[in-house]
Amino acid sequence: MGAIPYTVEPREDTGLYNGKLGIWLFLASEVMLFGALFATYVILRLGALQWPMGDTLLSVPIGAFNTVVLITSSVTMVFSWVSLKEKRLGKYRVYMGLTILLAILFFLVKLFLEYIPKFGHHHYPSESTFLAIYFVLTGVHALHVLGGVVVNAYFWGPGAKMWQHEPERFTNRIEIAGLYWHFVDLIWIFLFPILYLL
Amino acid sequence: MTSHTGSKKYIWVGLTLLLLTAVTVAVSRLHVGFALAVFVALLIAVFKGSLVASFFMHLIAEKKMIVILLLSTGFLFIVMMALILAGRFDVYVGLTHVP
Repeated sequence: MGAIPYTVEPREDTGLYNGKLGIWLFLASEVMLFGALFATYVILRLGALQWPMGDTLLSVPIGAFNTVVLITSSVTMVFSWVSLKEKRLGKYRVYMGLTILLAILFFLVKLFLEYIPKFGHHHYPSESTFLAIYFVLTGVHALHVLGGVVVNAYFWGPGAKMWQHEPERFTNRIEIAGLYWHFVDLIWIFLFPILYLL
Repeated sequence: MTSHTGSKKYIWVGLTLLLLTAVTVAVSRLHVGFALAVFVALLIAVFKGSLVASFFMHLIAEKKMIVILLLSTGFLFIVMMALILAGRFDVYVGLTHVP
């Protein structure tokens, strides 16, 4: 079986290596997924007789803290890619490691400071339309965070072996993982104000 | 693809995003009225999202193929939103809105 073509050099017709076109197509489908969820939020809110302000049910400091965590993880992610461009694998591991730790911190804060206390006070998705859409939107986003952790952890550990024999291909993989991770950050940038502040 | 030599810009973009997060929270505390609060919050969110897409995701220097792909996605997203919102007003005469 032949190797997958255009993993490093760009195709003549697209001007891109295949992986990059693939991740952008995937992200386009993600825009439609989250777009449908945001549209659902708008419809539910417009149709509701009453809608609580986000800060009456959610903690703005915790949401803001998680926003800072995710933005910082985007910065460390882009620097992990820059490190590989500079041919410094050790520096890459530091930045990628920080990205993974920040992502785990985001998830743990979400789980232990937001979800579990809410369940403890019997605030379930079935209680109100607001909580239903809150848990769906943030839950789907949190699953994306977990997916990013799994992929990035693989590239931090066993996946990094590729650097020894195909450094450019590995650098491209990190760029692709980064595009996904920045998209996850971008979604949260919209989720935070509409759920917590408005 | 942007050159990795100008990596300081990523720090500045990150700091700007953090600053705008603080501004978003601060504005929400001003109680300026719901419509204005929504407008300001979404305006800041769109600007922050543009920074992430332009610099972290390198869209500012990306190939035409990706720009076309994203414009197509944006168009379809707007159509989807318009259809869903239009459905809210598509009520037969004689029917009343049931909350």
